[in-house]
Amino acid sequence: MDKKWFTTNRMTFTFILLGAIIFLFIMVPLLKMILASDPKILLDTLLDSEVISSILLTLYAALIATTVGFLLGVPLAYLLARTDFPGKTLVEGLIDVPIVVPHTAAGIALLFVFGRNFFAGKAFSLLGIEFVDTTAGIVIAMLFVSIPFLIDSAKEGFKKVDVRLEKVSRTLGASPWQTFFKISLPLAWRSIMAGTIMMWARGISEFGAVIILAYHPMVAPVLVYERFETYGLNYAQPVAVLLILVSIIVFVTLRTLVYRGGKS
Amino acid sequence: MISVKNLHVDLGDFVLNDINLTVDKGEYFIILGPTGAGKTVLLESIAGLYPIKSGEIWLKGKEVTRVAPEKRGISIVYQDHVLFPHLSVKDNIVFGLRLQKRARQEMEVALDKVAKLLDISHLLHRKPDTLSGGERQKVALARALSIQPQVLLLDEPLSALDPESREGVQRELRQIHNQLKVTTIHVTHDFEEAIALGERIAVLGEGYVKQIGTPEEIFRQPNSEFVARFAMTRNIFAGEVIDTGNGNTVFHTEGAKLAVATDLRGRLHASIRPEDILISPEPLHSSARNSFGGIITHITDKGSTLYVTVNLPPDFICLVTRRSFEEMGLDEGQKVYITFKASAVHIF
Repeated sequence: MDKKWFTTNRMTFTFILLGAIIFLFIMVPLLKMILASDPKILLDTLLDSEVISSILLTLYAALIATTVGFLLGVPLAYLLARTDFPGKTLVEGLIDVPIVVPHTAAGIALLFVFGRNFFAGKAFSLLGIEFVDTTAGIVIAMLFVSIPFLIDSAKEGFKKVDVRLEKVSRTLGASPWQTFFKISLPLAWRSIMAGTIMMWARGISEFGAVIILAYHPMVAPVLVYERFETYGLNYAQPVAVLLILVSIIVFVTLRTLVYRGGKS
Repeated sequence: MISVKNLHVDLGDFVLNDINLTVDKGEYFIILGPTGAGKTVLLESIAGLYPIKSGEIWLKGKEVTRVAPEKRGISIVYQDHVLFPHLSVKDNIVFGLRLQKRARQEMEVALDKVAKLLDISHLLHRKPDTLSGGERQKVALARALSIQPQVLLLDEPLSALDPESREGVQRELRQIHNQLKVTTIHVTHDFEEAIALGERIAVLGEGYVKQIGTPEEIFRQPNSEFVARFAMTRNIFAGEVIDTGNGNTVFHTEGAKLAVATDLRGRLHASIRPEDILISPEPLHSSARNSFGGIITHITDKGSTLYVTVNLPPDFICLVTRRSFEEMGLDEGQKVYITFKASAVHIF
């Protein structure tokens, strides 16, 4: 790379520089925190039952939220990809609202519907399901803030499936249901899974909406916050490191599985 | 066998008005029309894939206008990208048979038969994205035929193919039709494709069925300017290709014997583009194998070019520029010679 390279590739060079800054901005805090942690304290934290149960609770609640989101969101994504109706753009815009509102505000909004004094809360309470300070509360908070990722990704996936493939399937004797399960769903599967992973990851990391509905039982992000508030940085750090490591491992594993599956 | 009655579709960009068609059992029926004439919508209406607001579809004497596509037994082959990409060639072909819950052995027999018919047995374990365009189209045909459809719909099945595969698949279509006699409705914008394959042709344009008839009727007696536009600027003849030995082939048509260069034999069609024919007042000595004397019967002035009809018989339409036309002083009733190369004659 002589001097000439810089003069002929000024733009590429500038973009690499700018890109490197933002990349380091993401990586340095994460690496610094992981590397700065004392392995012994980290091990102690790993054996701390409160930490373990909060991480398991986080993964579990996010999984439930994602499952519910999958069952309700994928059909909606298909409708949005395949049909046209008046106000469709509005519906699509509203689905993305949870991404843009402050999540504490989202929590308040959920409380207004699922709180003990409100209609949905009362209805569910007749079935024995409470949302304030319960796992169910955590699940709906996660569901609310993370469902747009799944719907949007699945919708794009379905849009990429040529409508004529579905039509051919119908003429070959497949009902609309069979066509959906044999053609549309498998062909959109990669996008759907990518959205599902995003949704789960987003659920795991949710703090604002969860803390409004359920401070207890404590999900991992809330635990990090509580340790920081009560004991300070040194006590919050190992929990934070553990949470980051678990998130990265889960995220990378799932992505690898999906992308390998999509290749064949 | 299958009828479209008073079909009306309004999609803004194009309209189909009062479409009435009846296709007989075992017939190879062509719908010919320019791009954007609504041919695909017409086919999808017949298959039940496009909801009809006004009009009826009848199949074997029963109205099926509101019958779901999967209950009609009408299969369709589209222009391109139509195989299920996540399934192997074999799974594509047996897709319909699996849904019919056929016994395994019966399915294998049916698969084997259709694969042999289309000469794709060696492709069964491949994935669609590894196939050539021609192979894909054959697999799509096999898949459509596997369910033994009442009616086979073909939506521009040759248009996305390169010229070589197109000829191959076209020959395949004709052979399959001769063997299986499946009632077929084939949509195309290609006039020669229509003439080569169709037992009857419906010309679709400006939202209407302009004319229905045999290929000869369509190119000999077009009933409107629109239909004529498809045929007029070409010389198309029905006839027979005969081997005369020494590697020479001759196309016999009403009165004329044209030297041609083709591997095809039998009752076929020949076309010569008007711009490939030379006109001269005297016989030309050249390498071109075809040279005939005739009388100018008609001249159509198109501005910078003119269409000159020379009767041998039959009539040949030739294209000349205004400058050559004036230099030669051509006029109706005049005796002239026409010359064209054997390779300028397209046999199909």
